[in-house]
Amino acid sequence: MNFAVLQFPASNCDQDCLHAVRVIGHSASLVWHKESSLGVADAVIIPGGFSYGDYLRCGAIARFSPVMQAVQQFASQGGLVLGICNGFQILCEAGLLPGALVRNRSLQFRCEQVFLKTLAHDSPFTSRIPANKTLRIPVAHGDGCYFADTATLAALKANNQILWQYCTAQGEVTDDANPNGSLLNIAGVCNPNRNVAGLMPHPDRACESLLGGIDGRTLFESMASALIRKAA
Amino acid sequence: MKARVTITPKRAVLDPQGKAVQNALEHMGYSGIGAVHVGKFLEIELADGDIDERRQKLDDACRRFLSNPVIEDYRLEIE
Repeated sequence: MNFAVLQFPASNCDQDCLHAVRVIGHSASLVWHKESSLGVADAVIIPGGFSYGDYLRCGAIARFSPVMQAVQQFASQGGLVLGICNGFQILCEAGLLPGALVRNRSLQFRCEQVFLKTLAHDSPFTSRIPANKTLRIPVAHGDGCYFADTATLAALKANNQILWQYCTAQGEVTDDANPNGSLLNIAGVCNPNRNVAGLMPHPDRACESLLGGIDGRTLFESMASALIRKAA
Repeated sequence: MKARVTITPKRAVLDPQGKAVQNALEHMGYSGIGAVHVGKFLEIELADGDIDERRQKLDDACRRFLSNPVIEDYRLEIE
């Protein structure tokens, strides 16, 4: 399967995403933000970074780039799209995911390992994550506090769209385990059709034991597995 | 002709910047300080033309791009 990894001015995890896909045995190629076509792509990854310098709001300018028009079309046809960190912010700005990411509660840039609880295993992004497994994955962001209004949060819960919550190493969802003040400890969500997802933590930075762990691989393996099932 | 756009966080959104500024003002001894909300201010220079048309287009830009209606309110003034 081929994963298209988008590249904006000031993307900085594009190479990590390429590596993450290749290390699980699939191919990945970069797509520049000025392209109006995704080329041969089975799935799209929008990597982390500071696209367009985070000017105006994180993701606000990237969301109008030519490549994002292609992503909108790809997603509307059921294509798998994963946004990581800045990619999550871009997907929220684009309206492909509900809610928004605002400044961390602490006003500090948080760069550390966090633990994630997976709430729904029936999505193309989580199917290969073992049940009851707490993922250890790093975060690195200043604007990762998830906000949505009460009605949106209720809909997210009702439709099982909350895919990951920040938790302790033991899997308990507590305020202390929340690195940024996200409502309901939300670390990642998907859209109602479950083909677009985003999360603030970096699974792409958790794909090598040498670099601290391989828990992140399970996300990419879930996507690959969903694509293979779809193609069969 | 100029447009001025004032963007403020919605009241329901956590505003840690506003809170930090409020605490600092109180710490400095300024009395009577209530909640502070930190937003953005844009000044946009406009070519001369029909003011209503400019307003309509900029209002559209405010909703689609300059502000995020999920977390922010805006006020548009043209003079």
